[in-house]
Amino acid sequence: MKRNQLSIKTIVAIGIGAAVFVILGRFAVIPTGVPNTNFDTSYGFLALMAIIFGPVAGGLIGLIGHALKDAIFYGTPWWSWVVVSGLVGFFIGLATKKINIESGIFNVKKIILFNVVQIIVNAIGWMVIAPTLDVLIYAEPVNKVYLQGIVAGCLNIVTVAVLGTLLLSIYAKSRGQSGSLTKDV
Amino acid sequence: MAVEMLSYIERKSPVHRLTGVTKLLCFLIWSTVAMLTYDTRVLLFLFLFSVAIFKVSKIKWKEVAFVLLFILVFLLINNLAIYVFSPQEGVKIYGTRHVLLDIGGGRYSLTLEQLFYQFNVTLKYFTVIPAALLFLVTTNPSEFAASLNRIGVSYKIAYAVALALRYIPDIQRDFRNISLSQQARGIDMSRKEKLSKRLKNAASIIIPLILSSLDKIEMISNAMELRGFGKNKKRTWYRARPFQKIDIITLMLFIIMLIVSLYITFYDGNRFYNPF
Amino acid sequence: MRKPVIQFENFSFQYRSQTAPTLQDINLTIYEGEKVLIVGPSGSGKSTLGHCLNGLVPFSYKGKVTGSLTIDGEDTQGLDIFSLSKKVGMVLQDPDGQFIGLTVAEDIAFALENDCLPQPQMITKVSEVAKIVDMEPHLEASTHQLSGGQKQRVCLAGVMVDEVEILLFDEPLANLDPATGKYAIELIDRIQQETNKTVIIIEHRLEDVLHCPVDRIIVIDDGRVISDMTPDELLASPVLEQCSIREPLYVRAVKYAGCRLTPELRPAHLDTFQINACKKQLHDWFEKVDIPKARDKTETILELKAIDFSYFPGQPTIHDVSFSIQKGEMVSIVGKNGAGKSTLSKLICGFEKPNAGKIYYRSQDITADTIKERALRIGMVMQNPNQMISKQMIYDEVALGLVIRGVPEAEIKERVLATLKICGLYPFRNWPISALSFGQKKRVTIASILVLEPEVIILDEPTAGQDFRHYTEIMEFLLELNQRGVTIIMITHDMHLMLEYTPRAIVIAGGRKIADDTAVNVLTDARIIEEANLKETSLFELAVRAGISEPKQFVERFIAYDREVRQ
Ligand SMILES: Nc1ncnc2c1ncn2[C@@H]1O[C@H](COP(=O)(O)OP(=O)(O)OP(=O)(O)O)[C@@H](O)[C@H]1O
Ligand SMILES: Nc1ncnc2c1ncn2[C@@H]1O[C@H](COP(=O)(O)OP(=O)(O)OP(=O)(O)O)[C@@H](O)[C@H]1O
Ligand SMILES: [Mg+2]
Ligand SMILES: [Mg+2]
Repeated sequence: MKRNQLSIKTIVAIGIGAAVFVILGRFAVIPTGVPNTNFDTSYGFLALMAIIFGPVAGGLIGLIGHALKDAIFYGTPWWSWVVVSGLVGFFIGLATKKINIESGIFNVKKIILFNVVQIIVNAIGWMVIAPTLDVLIYAEPVNKVYLQGIVAGCLNIVTVAVLGTLLLSIYAKSRGQSGSLTKDV
Repeated sequence: MAVEMLSYIERKSPVHRLTGVTKLLCFLIWSTVAMLTYDTRVLLFLFLFSVAIFKVSKIKWKEVAFVLLFILVFLLINNLAIYVFSPQEGVKIYGTRHVLLDIGGGRYSLTLEQLFYQFNVTLKYFTVIPAALLFLVTTNPSEFAASLNRIGVSYKIAYAVALALRYIPDIQRDFRNISLSQQARGIDMSRKEKLSKRLKNAASIIIPLILSSLDKIEMISNAMELRGFGKNKKRTWYRARPFQKIDIITLMLFIIMLIVSLYITFYDGNRFYNPF
Repeated sequence: MRKPVIQFENFSFQYRSQTAPTLQDINLTIYEGEKVLIVGPSGSGKSTLGHCLNGLVPFSYKGKVTGSLTIDGEDTQGLDIFSLSKKVGMVLQDPDGQFIGLTVAEDIAFALENDCLPQPQMITKVSEVAKIVDMEPHLEASTHQLSGGQKQRVCLAGVMVDEVEILLFDEPLANLDPATGKYAIELIDRIQQETNKTVIIIEHRLEDVLHCPVDRIIVIDDGRVISDMTPDELLASPVLEQCSIREPLYVRAVKYAGCRLTPELRPAHLDTFQINACKKQLHDWFEKVDIPKARDKTETILELKAIDFSYFPGQPTIHDVSFSIQKGEMVSIVGKNGAGKSTLSKLICGFEKPNAGKIYYRSQDITADTIKERALRIGMVMQNPNQMISKQMIYDEVALGLVIRGVPEAEIKERVLATLKICGLYPFRNWPISALSFGQKKRVTIASILVLEPEVIILDEPTAGQDFRHYTEIMEFLLELNQRGVTIIMITHDMHLMLEYTPRAIVIAGGRKIADDTAVNVLTDARIIEEANLKETSLFELAVRAGISEPKQFVERFIAYDREVRQ
């Protein structure tokens, strides 16, 4: 298969990934205790998928997943945030090659790299791009949308740092044990 | 967890008869207009128009009431938030200040401009929502992928969307079953637990869900591979529907609407309609 | 001269993550138009063999291939997966993974869409194939509206549209109710006769597959072909016993009676079986064997009273079901696919709340108890193992429940290892669960509940995909638990299992209880069999054909005797 062509596995990963993103984003949000602020576990999952399947898959899972979630549960996609979900997935996915999770190694160096990337991406996405789009599209008050963005950004950074790192290390453990399984009696 | 979600509702109506491609394009045009404009006249027109289409579609309000209710609550909170954060936003936009009610000598005084601005914000949602709802409940999901492909999205990505739609109910059922079986092994899901504990418990459901989804990806891509997906540069669609006259007329109508609305909105160089 | 379509020569395959080859030195030829059955213990490499044929090995599952495999005269090394898929159509082990379309029609059309067939032709073709598998009225149905058997038929149609020459079925009967299973086998047979395709079936349920004639049976054990004979020869040989594959029950009965089977007696099918040679021995044996005694009633442990339940308002799934279970009983719940059996078990465990009715545990109302409270006494093994597994390593998975309950570590270790031994998983204790076959995964989930030692255990399809040895091991262990006073409820499609281990059976059809009787009475009552999609046992027919006046008695005595012999 050519590199610039999407493999079947990536296509399926986008489809199933989007479906899981929808379900997690709807049912697996953990309230922090402060009203209207939640840890949205679907972003931890998005980071995992982006690292496993690369930027295109990451971007499309975020985009399709978020659009579908908004559409089927809330009636209409909130485009500014949908776009940012896509961007976050895409840019985290750019670290795929460096982290190379299929190698089965996810050491401290890679954990730090992953988190640096995700913090930068999430911060720019939620604290800069999302509110800017909100202002442009919906003409909402500037201070309101930036505060929303900062809160959402921080929560997502924490979620990805905790859940994303955990998921990646679990995934790494299940990889690349070539010639390691023997029946011990 | 019988959470309701929007899904296709089978009816015989002119709206259902349109092809998915038409509806998708119309929906995109509609969203664009609603996104760009803040012109009250255009918004009002769009709103009334969407109510009319809703009538034509034979979908009952009751069938989508649960979403509407949710949106109303959201709008209420959003309006409050806007007021709290920027009670004079309207004054800034329209450049005049008609105080209706003097509260605390300034910042939180209720102005006519603010009311009008927030009315516009709300109206903007009201114009998008019926259209979005209609698009969702009148488009057969099977045809949707074919439509995406038709308007230029690569068929592989269009199929990814179809897969997502196909597997959302499955994943939801899995999620529920996993959560139940974890509870049966003694994990407490109640909200009484501490935050850290709750996070840990959530992980005990999310991790199996994600791992089994990764298995699913493997299995489904095997099945698709075995049945020749991705073999050719394009593919045909069992559910695709040919364009008819009604589609062309509808599309023309929407394109005219797009041009007119944008003209009205921007001809005075401002996306806001200023009655003051 | 018959034309060979599949030829394995000194073929071996080793998964990349394994240290030993999973398939070793396979030499096997399958001819055009043949119908071949592959049997073997769970984890012996049957699915792997199938994957070599359809190209998933080595295209999707990486590993080392040695030797050669020729399909239709072409070496597979020179073929890609798409050209292979034009020759071999495979119905995978799990229908949920295979059913990818949103509706039946789209799923059947999938391969045609990929071939860019124009829509009008596609529509005719789809309805043609749908007619063959009897799914034409359901073309618009989506997955959730289909029963397990219907899904299987759609999957079959999906590979048939491609006009492949070789059809490969991986455990087509797992999860089908007995009547639907029988129908599926007849359907496969009919298609083979009409189209003269080469058919390969991988299946544990030998007796059910032999319902229709098979040309050859290949036995695989531990990655090697250990026997390749006609059904008649195989049944007359000791191979099945040696590698723990369940023989048809009537064959066993004949053997118990002391009759020597030879291929000339045509034992592969009860109708062809020359019973006259064994009549006398069967009669003598019948006279000799003792009648089993009924067990005493003890206290009621679990009681359901007038339970009503529906997933969606207005569509009742369970309607007015009442029954009570005695302490120390072993009961089967049987019935059609989609009758509501799994739903019933979920109601008992509190996964779902009944709309009406009450559930009592030791005469205490537990209808309002939480899942966690009920789980302390009632353990449940769900139908789909993937929904229960939450850890990556086998040991951790089995230990999970004990860890949550705060059991000391030393004790956890002891209990977990003991349970793993019982479930035949001890050699794998340090493996990740992802490297297990389906049957092995199922055993992990059984182990994870057994280790908690609940008072009542509900098992949903415990033996689906298990080979006879593990089946016996698991069932004997359950029996042992049962004798120590643990109450066991089993949901099953396996009529043998029900007859052998559970004296009593509750029959569910369309969400209602239609019978609650001894297993033997249920399986000899034509009305119940018909209504609940069950299947008459071959023992009964054997007795009738042998001219035994009380066939029911014969069945009962056989079971009692069989149990004694096997212990
Ligand atoms: N993807 C894999 N990676 C590594 N090992 C595998 C993989 N799939 C199967 N195996 C190993 O190969 C062996 C044979 O597996 P296979 O699925 O072919 O068994 P099977 O005979 O079909 O069993 P069952 O009747 O339970 O389906 C198993 O012991 C398993 O551990
Ligand atoms: N979570 C669910 N939501 C909605 N409907 C469901 C759900 N689970 C099962 N059903 C439906 O309820 C009916 C009974 O299903 P159930 O799983 O109890 O059948 P079953 O007797 O266990 O069948 P099988 O033998 O195939 O396992 C079916 O029609 C099924 O489609
Ligand atoms: Mg198998
Ligand atoms: Mg069931």
